[in-house]
Amino acid sequence: MRISFSVYFCSALFSFFVVSLTAKDTINFNRDIRPILSDKCFLCHGPDEEDREEDLRLDIPDGEQGALTARDDYFIIQPGKPEESELFLRITEEWEEDRMPPAKSHKEPLTEQEIALFKQWIIEGGEYQDFWAFVPPAKTKLAKVKNRKWASSAIDNRVIASMEQQGLKPNPEADKRTLIRRATLDLTGLPPTLEEIEEFINDKSRNAYTQLIDRLLGKKSYGEHMARYWADLVRLADTNGMHHDFDRNFSTYRDWIIRSYNDNLPFDDFITYQLAGDLNDDPTRDQLVASGFNRLHMIIDKGTALPEESLHKNVVDRVEAFGTTFLGLTVQCAQCHDHKYDPITQRDYYQLYAFFNNFNGAAETGREPERGLQPPFINLTTPKQEKVLAEFDGRLQALEFELLAINRSQGLSEKWPNKFEKVAVPWIWHESSLRSNSVGFRMTLDLTEKPGAAIARFVALPEPDSFKRGAFQGTIPRLSDVQNAEKMVAGVAKAEVFVNGMSLGNALTLNDGVAAELSNVLQPGENVITAKISGKAGFAFILEYKVGDENRTLATSSQWKAKSEGEPEWASAIEIHDPDHESVWTIRVRSEEVLKVEKQIVDLKANRIAYYHTIPGAMIMSEMDPPRQATMFAGGAYDAPDAPVERDTPGFLPPMKNKEDIYSRKDLAEWLVSPNHPLTARVAVNRFWQQIFGVGLVKTSEDLGAQGEWPSHPELLDELAITFMESGWDVKNLFRAILLSNTYKQSSDADSEAYTKDPENRHLARGARYRLDAEVIRDQILAVSGQLNDTMYGKSVRPPQPPGLWAMVNMVANRPYVADSDENIYRRSLYTFWRRAMPPPQMTIMNAPSREYCLPRRELTNTSLQALLMMNEEEYFKAAKECAKLTLERTDDLDEGLILTYETITSHLPAEDRLELMNETFAEFSDIYENDKTLTESLTPELNGAEFSKRVELAAWTMMTHSLLNLELSKVRR
Amino acid sequence: MDNDDSQSSQSRTQQSKTIAMDQFQSFCDQLNRRQFIKRASIGLGVAALGGSMKPLVGSVQPGLHHAAKAKRVIFLFMAGAPSQLDLFDYKPDLEKLHGQELPKEISKGQRVTTMTRGKKQEICASIFKFAPQGKSGLMMSELLPHMSKHADDICMIKSTHTEAINHDPAKTFFCTGSEMPGRASMGSWLSYGLGSLNRDLPDFVILSSAFWSGKTNVQALYSRLWGTGFLPGKHQGIAFQSVGDPVLFLSNPKGVDRKARNKMLDFVSQVNAEQKLVTGDPEIQTSIAQQEMAFRMQTSVPELTDLSQESEATLSMYGPEVNQTGSFARNCLLARRMAERDVRFVQLFHRGWDHHRQLPLHMRGQARDIDQPISGLLTDLKQRDLLEDTLVVFAGEFGRTTYAQNLTPGDRENYGRDHHPSCFTTWMAGGGIKGGISYGETDDFCYNVARDPVHVRDLHATMFHQMGIDHNKLIFPHQGLDQKLTGVEKAYVVKDIIA
Repeated sequence: MRISFSVYFCSALFSFFVVSLTAKDTINFNRDIRPILSDKCFLCHGPDEEDREEDLRLDIPDGEQGALTARDDYFIIQPGKPEESELFLRITEEWEEDRMPPAKSHKEPLTEQEIALFKQWIIEGGEYQDFWAFVPPAKTKLAKVKNRKWASSAIDNRVIASMEQQGLKPNPEADKRTLIRRATLDLTGLPPTLEEIEEFINDKSRNAYTQLIDRLLGKKSYGEHMARYWADLVRLADTNGMHHDFDRNFSTYRDWIIRSYNDNLPFDDFITYQLAGDLNDDPTRDQLVASGFNRLHMIIDKGTALPEESLHKNVVDRVEAFGTTFLGLTVQCAQCHDHKYDPITQRDYYQLYAFFNNFNGAAETGREPERGLQPPFINLTTPKQEKVLAEFDGRLQALEFELLAINRSQGLSEKWPNKFEKVAVPWIWHESSLRSNSVGFRMTLDLTEKPGAAIARFVALPEPDSFKRGAFQGTIPRLSDVQNAEKMVAGVAKAEVFVNGMSLGNALTLNDGVAAELSNVLQPGENVITAKISGKAGFAFILEYKVGDENRTLATSSQWKAKSEGEPEWASAIEIHDPDHESVWTIRVRSEEVLKVEKQIVDLKANRIAYYHTIPGAMIMSEMDPPRQATMFAGGAYDAPDAPVERDTPGFLPPMKNKEDIYSRKDLAEWLVSPNHPLTARVAVNRFWQQIFGVGLVKTSEDLGAQGEWPSHPELLDELAITFMESGWDVKNLFRAILLSNTYKQSSDADSEAYTKDPENRHLARGARYRLDAEVIRDQILAVSGQLNDTMYGKSVRPPQPPGLWAMVNMVANRPYVADSDENIYRRSLYTFWRRAMPPPQMTIMNAPSREYCLPRRELTNTSLQALLMMNEEEYFKAAKECAKLTLERTDDLDEGLILTYETITSHLPAEDRLELMNETFAEFSDIYENDKTLTESLTPELNGAEFSKRVELAAWTMMTHSLLNLELSKVRR
Repeated sequence: MDNDDSQSSQSRTQQSKTIAMDQFQSFCDQLNRRQFIKRASIGLGVAALGGSMKPLVGSVQPGLHHAAKAKRVIFLFMAGAPSQLDLFDYKPDLEKLHGQELPKEISKGQRVTTMTRGKKQEICASIFKFAPQGKSGLMMSELLPHMSKHADDICMIKSTHTEAINHDPAKTFFCTGSEMPGRASMGSWLSYGLGSLNRDLPDFVILSSAFWSGKTNVQALYSRLWGTGFLPGKHQGIAFQSVGDPVLFLSNPKGVDRKARNKMLDFVSQVNAEQKLVTGDPEIQTSIAQQEMAFRMQTSVPELTDLSQESEATLSMYGPEVNQTGSFARNCLLARRMAERDVRFVQLFHRGWDHHRQLPLHMRGQARDIDQPISGLLTDLKQRDLLEDTLVVFAGEFGRTTYAQNLTPGDRENYGRDHHPSCFTTWMAGGGIKGGISYGETDDFCYNVARDPVHVRDLHATMFHQMGIDHNKLIFPHQGLDQKLTGVEKAYVVKDIIA
């Protein structure tokens, strides 16, 4: 049972160090005492003023409430005298009511070991130390060690010193095959090819391994692999994560991350570009793209949450990202109250908040953002693309001029400026319109002279009943229904009007009426006006003309004649007055030429948009001027703004440079990478270390604060942090140093006892061993089957996934997951589309996060669903077959084939008895398929028509390969 | 392809193998895989308890803080938030106030959504009739004729309340105890805290309706609602699929049958077991056990989802839709089958309750979707003596306003209701909860809680209590905090509803 997990967890943790505390050791406050105080006592006697009891602070020694300050008649801690120290008395109190921590805190009493530590600490003077992670890293002298040969690097010196203290010996170096597999997986996330293995094994030179590491660091796949860790950390994903969970496009940011790692961009620049690239004078495109870091938070749709709530949540999300990614602290815990464990006050929190609340854009998204880019964003056009866009714009402008010219040439506006006044026109109808889809109307106009100006307007109007019985009555139509309803109302109703035999064009309904200039068409004498109506529709027409100074009008009325197709006689039209529809159309009319040009404009715009969609863009950070005033929020609630605050950094960290003006995010970024900052470099190198060894030097890589773990090798952590900064924040250099160390090269093979005693390998007395991440597992399967598509960069891709997953969470029904069908499905997993509401199952089943929040450390568990995934995922199984086919192409010899497959997948050669086992297993697979025709045929549809034995052969090889892909040897980094 | 180096590495492997041979032989003597696996999975038990963690020895039963009244939970989650005013919380006086503005002293300026912000708050009585049901006389709406028959089993909590006013944060809060993503869900906490009762099935299953009647405003779901957050991934809710494999990747690929799979696992287990002797990493044993569990699931899950052995009488209890894959009715029946097989936590999601307009129309359909199936589930559980130790919980993420939204004046059929977190009705049945009672009261307007408020986190605490867990003690250290489902605010077990 795990209910008292945390308590046991902590005591297990401390006992780990207690074991390491030998008789001559003195207490190290930070290592031995602070973690216990923090976990058990700070809740009520820590930094948070609100919950503080008895005016006692155990997080600080001095001051009125400090632990070493004498009280009136007693001591909290009386150095040298545990029995006179209230602290000691209370933790050892037998009577439960008085014992600390009290029962109401739900904290377990201190263990005997913990009590012994306190006793020794007080005896030794009860000295406090500043919290290690808040003091800048310091270089210490290399340790004196016995095994000097092994300790040839600074890393190895620290590691062996610690081992010798524990009475441990380093494991021997791993063999060359293990080394090349390990290093290749660690640096590129892909397995080595057979050629690479062979080359390395044949290279007998002394620096073969060094050259290997340098070669790997130069690979393009290095940047992709590094970017994957960063993606988890900053919650890089392809959707907004809330409500509709709309798509967003962050591919250019991802591309930038990959390039930055490959180009070995100094890590301080890597940080400052992301945090504040937009604030550089004349920022480069890269800096702007990088500033998208501040936009990676979840975004809700407009009209659901209250806007001020969304704004607040986005800022909170940004602050948490900043705190987690760069400070390695749980800054977010101070949102509602002072931090319970770290000296981060609520004010500190809102001072940081003030750096991030000045976003110059909407907090919510209105509808599905075009191209997945929510403003502000930039377009990353090439000169050629700019030229094409300019051409589009040029043509558009030309068409718009043409439109203007047509209007002018028609003289509509010049001769009669108010031609489009709203006017009520009765519309006419013919009974048989219900039966026939074609009705004609007719009218004549006698003129004595040619009119000076004449403008006709007309429209088709849908049948009267459709409005009353209307699709909008009864039920609320769904989106698709609305479209249908509109279609139904609009129908295909169309009216073509002829004057004296000349067509004036086709009018549609309500919004698509036609206007025509008729002064040159109308003649003295009889003019015949006819209209041909298609669809169940009525008709409205108005002709306004000037004879001399007199304005005259001819409109549809019952005097018009009507006749359906096939009817012999003209009848009187029915006149209908419908206030809802009889005038609105008259101001929405256009001439046919205009309609034509308008259509061209519409088409051109559509083409421009289609082209525009191929142009990559990037969401960027942008500031308002003047900045939005930040305030505290009582209890962290968005609707409880409190006193105003100004931008600043927490008081327990080094101050920012003095500045007249208010601080900017850029100042914050520069502060973060200043050489005396105690956290930034430590946090970074610790995570790089974790990436390689599975566990960081500080295991809690998400929290270097008081509740975080004491580093396993504090001097090493500081050494690495300082060297990293001194090298100019050179990431490749850091990896090089780590991978060239003896510590790294140790074999991970050790006996059960070693694993039991140090399950997480915190002593580093062996090589690291852990299951590969989801992406590496999938990429490896693609690689060994020869299917991997190593195209870099660009938009996210969609490999196949089981049906129904998106439907299960979709808000709108019609948003299916449509898998790509081309070679995009074989791209590296880094490029897989990551929907926050339903991330790809091949990834999440293997412990990949949803990317809804920042995650510095993936948890690894071993589950049956993982076993099912590895056994049955269609693409994974198909890869086994593809790999088998490659083997069959290369050899007909069974042993040779088995060795080849084994080596391709595991990078090792099978020992003889394993080869024998494979032989036996292969024979048994052959036997199974030999005797089951249906099974064989369903496994090998591509060999339809081929000899049965060929099909059995492929089936058996597929199963053999598939079995090897399921081995621990393939899934584990060792 | 061979060369010196590879040969030496090969002989190294052979050598280490020889050393370990004696040890290995005894291991292999019993490499009758089934037996081996049994041993391995006992080993897993310890590993699953956190490797180095000691098992908790409670005073009541191993693993529990106190005697449990319930062994498992079936959670009926009504996503979108049904109207308590039209289903459970009978307010006859509202009829007289219908059409009047909600008094300011009642609304007290409480925040509203953007949809009704600044609009007149016109009181809207339900058009549905209520009647006392069962011996207890619990009032229930005419929309729930079947469920009404179970009034005496149900404990209605009319004073449930929460903070969030929008679906996304409210659902995330209800399912994980926090509005922000990243926390562990209810079911994963129980899986983590209590472990498995059935080695062949997952502890925590999600059954989501594939269709529903209310075609308005369908709200999204998110896999975080059944995620593990910071807890180990194996406590993740397993969402059963209504299309394809019920559990992802359950079926063997085409051309692989049970024989071939068995052979493959024999080989894989043997090589892995050999590898265990080379490296000593206990994780290998876990892998072997998990592969074996996967193999067992390939039969246990299809057996679970195969309804062919259910009698006509049983099927008919759940209503006609039970024959449709993905229906709420079928999921209720599956939930009963899971309860029988001791799946710890089954969570059903039924969407389509977000009735901002035309509530009566949509509500009739939604109520029909769930009424007979829930009634069937309760009857069926009772018949099989499962209700007494199965806690059935019914809840939406919040309630709905007493004032109308999208009203057609003069048309009583045509009203909607907005989101309302300040009070709503949830209910529980079975699992040691008193039946036939109503707990907590809302004011006459059904706007505020008038008596005995129950926050969602209190509901969580009560649920855990019935399972034998003290919510304050089921914790997991993460980011420096002892995380728990009920968070940092105080939560109370609602003692008065416990039988």
